[in-house]
Amino acid sequence: MKTLKPYLSALLGKQMREDNRGVYDYRDIQVEVNPVARANGSARVRIGATEVLVGVKMNVDKPFPDTPDEGVLIANAELSPLANAEYESGPPGPAAIELARVVDRGIRESHAIDFEKLCIRPKEKVWVVFLDIYPINDDGNLFDAASLAAMIALKHAVLPKYDEKEDKVLYKELTKEKLPMRVQPLLTTFAKINGSTFIDPTKREEKAMDARLSVATLENGQISAMQKGGTGTFTQKEILDLIELAIEKGKELRKLLK
Amino acid sequence: MEKLYVNDRDIVVPGEMLADGIEYLPSGKAFRDGEKILASTIGIVSVKGRVVKVIPLAGRYMPKRGDVIIGKVTNIGHSGWTLDVNSPYNADMNIGEATHEYIDLAKTEMSKYFDIGDYVLAEVITISEAKFIKISAKHRPYRRLNGGNIIQVSPTKIPRIIGKQGSMIKMLKDMSGCDVVVGQNGLVWIKGVPEKEVVVANAIKVIEKESHKKGLTDKIKQMLEGGAK
Amino acid sequence: MSKVGAPDKLIVNGKRLDGRKFDEMRELTIKAGIIPNADGSAQVDLGGTRAIAAVYGPREVFPRHLSDPDKAYLNCIYTMASFSTPDRARPGPSRRSVEISKVVKDALAPAIFLEKYPKTAIDVYIEIINANAGTRTAAIIAAAVALADAGIEMRDLVSSIAAGKVDGELLLDLFEPEDNFGDADMPFAMMPRTKEVTLLQMDGELTKDEIAELLKMNMKACEKIYEAQKVALKEKFATEKDLAQEEGESQ
Repeated sequence: MKTLKPYLSALLGKQMREDNRGVYDYRDIQVEVNPVARANGSARVRIGATEVLVGVKMNVDKPFPDTPDEGVLIANAELSPLANAEYESGPPGPAAIELARVVDRGIRESHAIDFEKLCIRPKEKVWVVFLDIYPINDDGNLFDAASLAAMIALKHAVLPKYDEKEDKVLYKELTKEKLPMRVQPLLTTFAKINGSTFIDPTKREEKAMDARLSVATLENGQISAMQKGGTGTFTQKEILDLIELAIEKGKELRKLLK
Repeated sequence: MEKLYVNDRDIVVPGEMLADGIEYLPSGKAFRDGEKILASTIGIVSVKGRVVKVIPLAGRYMPKRGDVIIGKVTNIGHSGWTLDVNSPYNADMNIGEATHEYIDLAKTEMSKYFDIGDYVLAEVITISEAKFIKISAKHRPYRRLNGGNIIQVSPTKIPRIIGKQGSMIKMLKDMSGCDVVVGQNGLVWIKGVPEKEVVVANAIKVIEKESHKKGLTDKIKQMLEGGAK
Repeated sequence: MSKVGAPDKLIVNGKRLDGRKFDEMRELTIKAGIIPNADGSAQVDLGGTRAIAAVYGPREVFPRHLSDPDKAYLNCIYTMASFSTPDRARPGPSRRSVEISKVVKDALAPAIFLEKYPKTAIDVYIEIINANAGTRTAAIIAAAVALADAGIEMRDLVSSIAAGKVDGELLLDLFEPEDNFGDADMPFAMMPRTKEVTLLQMDGELTKDEIAELLKMNMKACEKIYEAQKVALKEKFATEKDLAQEEGESQ
């Protein structure tokens, strides 16, 4: 990072970035709804050159003991070496796990999914929603791409048929029943290099960054999750300023959910 | 029967038949299989008399003797440095090839000359059968590249970035006031004021993407004049 | 011999359940160069099956002990996205995916000039995004295009398709119900120029004559697939024509 960090830092000092973006501008975002026929809901999102595919699959199983009449959400991310020269095959490492858990947190804490409506028989049978996150090309900011793709996939997800008598999910038969959603949290991620903060880091910016802050916002301006990453720090003022920005940016992103 | 199956400037894929006949000679990424001449990579055909050549349109950089490259120091050993030269093979620079000065290890550490993470402009001096690559930064203009910005482009586009008789790179330098050094291995070093460095970097990215389009030179000129994206 | 959930008939009035003729392939769409980070990449749609392949390399080998002084180490990993199948599959490798990784690697290796890249690794990653039978054939079609897209020297591309027997009839490119409830399936791959077979598997019951017939069907289809692979690659690089001509001398 000997040349990269000073270079990016010097640019940021002049409110500039490598791709001529504004300091708080997202890259171009492209969205594809339900590209995966086998999934119950899916989305393919591109932010700049970063591309993430998210699929929703539903199953019926026992609820967790502490939430006996609520459905279950299980989020998982696979950082396939397909997407970046530096990824290795193998079970999810810290980066994949953090990605899945941060996306999960924004959804879970806001009760974005109406989990109670996913109860079939209390204490015995509930719907389990699997959210699987697959980056296809990592050019930075997998968080926001994954979160947006997850929201779109969930929004368009439809329940498969469940035969209660046989206790079988008929995976190939879909109902017309949509997954019950309440709110739509969306993640906005900021990064910091030497005191300059900016939004939606590219891979090069991620390599040089000191720290990042992801904030999940809701339509009503509330925050449903936050995650600071990286070994650098943020000041209190920075955090509050970025939260304010996240609320604004969340509104922009939310337009893409339509 | 002797036959040529392609025309000059055709794009061919690996395994595609270019010519049939012992009189034809394969060149570049073309190979002979019996009497047939075939392409071995995705490339463009150049036919000159009996010579059927395939110029590759993709592929990682493979060093050749005499190439001018920009490498990044990844390791400091006892008698030299190891560099990543954007190739499947790393390169070694022996302590005697670092500089024309005499290096007295008792007085100066090797990292004072080249440290891990430093970028070095060097020349490929030898490649052994076993693909051991030796490079040298001893003579001018080879040296450590300090500061600035390093970007990476496809090595196949480097000739375009240099331009006919260096015309493109000259324009990039003159109009931006930046120093621009191009490595045949696809790395480009840009040094000036950051605002200009970024313009040059973006101009080079455009050259890489739109190398084939007409009016590229004018578009680059406009970008350097400080307007268009 | 009918399994649970089998449709009454897989062939109705001389037509297959999706309306295809016996020797008709599903619709094939190929896009080259879809993953910017990769050295080469491709996306293939074979009917409802979608495969994405990325090639990284030649590059350094890890772990080191796999490094071969004479040639590149070809590493091939085929996985299925958990949402690609009707039942959600647990992410990560399965015994099936490990076997397919191996046969796909063995299907591609003969076509690559591995000796030109000693002490390196060529990593091929294939992800099945949506599965509707023929996944390993789609994987090979994609991987071959990705390898060529990466500029890796090859003696030929590799094309692949499966054929099988369903309700007594010999059919090309079985789709899901045919694959699940048919009598036999035979995935196949070849180098189109020399017609050398690089992948052959079969499960079910077939006579020797049926196999000969299916091989003919596979080979004929692979010729069409080869054309599609060529077109996808040429389309991606078509715009390079003017550039390369000027720079021909400096290579």
